[in-house]
Amino acid sequence: MAKRIETVDLSCYYGSMQAVEGVSLTVEPKSVTAFIGPSGCGKSTFLRALNRMHEVIPNARIEGTVLLDDEDIYGPGIEAAAVRRTIGMVFQKPNPFPTMSIYDNVAAGLKLNGIRKKSELDGAVERSLRGANLWDEVKSRLNKPGMGLSGGQQQRLCIARAIAVEPQVLLMDEPCSALDPISTLAIEDLINELKDRYTIVIVTHNMQQAARVSDVTAFFTLKGPGEPGRLIEVDATQKIFTNPSEKRTEDYITGRFG
Amino acid sequence: MASITTADTASLRSSSRSARGDAVFRTLTFIAGAFVFVLLGAIALFLVIKAMPAIKNDPTNFFTTTQWSSSAYGIAATLFGTALTAVLALAIAVPVGVGVALYITQYAPRRIATLLGYVTDMLAAVPSVVYGLWGLIFLLPRMVGIDHFLAKYFGWTGLFHDPAGGLNTFPKTIFSASIVLSIMVLPIIAAISREVFRQVDPVQKEAALALGATRWEMIRTAVLPPSRAGVISATMLGLGRALGETIAVALVIGNVNRVSGHVLVPGGNTIAANIANTFGEAADKGPLIASGLVLFVLTLVVNLAARYVILRAGTEERSAV
Repeated sequence: MAKRIETVDLSCYYGSMQAVEGVSLTVEPKSVTAFIGPSGCGKSTFLRALNRMHEVIPNARIEGTVLLDDEDIYGPGIEAAAVRRTIGMVFQKPNPFPTMSIYDNVAAGLKLNGIRKKSELDGAVERSLRGANLWDEVKSRLNKPGMGLSGGQQQRLCIARAIAVEPQVLLMDEPCSALDPISTLAIEDLINELKDRYTIVIVTHNMQQAARVSDVTAFFTLKGPGEPGRLIEVDATQKIFTNPSEKRTEDYITGRFG
Repeated sequence: MASITTADTASLRSSSRSARGDAVFRTLTFIAGAFVFVLLGAIALFLVIKAMPAIKNDPTNFFTTTQWSSSAYGIAATLFGTALTAVLALAIAVPVGVGVALYITQYAPRRIATLLGYVTDMLAAVPSVVYGLWGLIFLLPRMVGIDHFLAKYFGWTGLFHDPAGGLNTFPKTIFSASIVLSIMVLPIIAAISREVFRQVDPVQKEAALALGATRWEMIRTAVLPPSRAGVISATMLGLGRALGETIAVALVIGNVNRVSGHVLVPGGNTIAANIANTFGEAADKGPLIASGLVLFVLTLVVNLAARYVILRAGTEERSAV
């Protein structure tokens, strides 16, 4: 159910502008890996390259290799849509489909996969909403619009929608940055539960959050404005936050960023 | 720095001069706004006053008679033709217009999208008499082959049935009028749909793509559903235009009053085309004005319905948040 992601010398570009340079990194299955670093360091771009969402932006492209359990996701004959079905994504801003009910939002991905049988959909919707710790809050109003939920509930709805298609990996791009502390805590608890089944990668600006939820932390930074982002150090979260090998990591962690 | 002090005091006190200017301007804009109401009311009043005697004096029933002569007249055939040409035109223009809008907003590279946007907007700027002449001189002769093809293979639908078994070589038909109309309403539908599709939040589209949707599945999941009300209102506004279009239709339609669903048979008429073609010779203009009143009410209702759809979609979205 959970797979390993490995990148080899991965660079990301927007047209002629290079955003990420030469990142080689392995994300172990059933673990939470956090990407931290200052704004513009390319961590979100790098994350989006892991499920081929980077190329959705016009003129965006990558160089290098991304392996999902030794299979090149950018290889010939590999479809981007199939990759994204296997590697799900949760975005910064909760984005349930506005015209759909709670139920239809969760079922949207399954319907895209051709599942139409009511009993099968019902089971998957309940399982996914339970998996996202949202079932008890919404079970009595599954046919109400998803947009009627609070921000935190909407984000958990989006997580339910993402896990409904049973991906191998779940990528989260600053999933709590638009949420209040209580909702953030709910999502963090959820991430802890989800890592038993999925490989999780989370981009966060919140270092406490990285320390709380992740097993491994990768620190990205850039030399200056206009420079591409680079991976500086990746290690056990415990080690990164107590005894990092790189001076630049330590400076960032302790707030002496420069 | 005495001058600054005076300026400061002046700006704090309510100057009678600026207050007067404000009042004048407010009155002017109020008059401009009120004028719109007066204008619409005056048109409605004019139509009703001129139309009522004609409807009353009609020896036959004005709404069920198909014939149009000085002794007996009714709008059954022209109203039917108006509705049929408009609906057929939409049946062609809506899929094409929505397709153009989807291509521009979802598929085309930016440069082609911009160019295509300009070209569709320019189609709207072509005077309707030009469309009429183009239809008459260019399109009609070329419709013969198309009509024969449709009659042969789609005659069973009834719509394209050819009862006489020999179509006219100069097909001034309901179908020809519908084709010209569809080209005329296409820019409205394409332009409004384009704006509607463009307003879809990119994060919704990314959500669909991240679930493994292909481009078309993404459009079906994230672009079309929130755009439904907008496309419906675009269709209604196109319908309003198609119902009222006069000169282009007058040039390519058969001007034969008849209620028939066989759209390839020469003939047919619309209210607007009938007014254009017979107004000059008509001794009594009353009946024509009465038919104009019916058209006025019809287009008014269609436009109001379009507004209502937009309004309701707006409140639904707000109440959902």
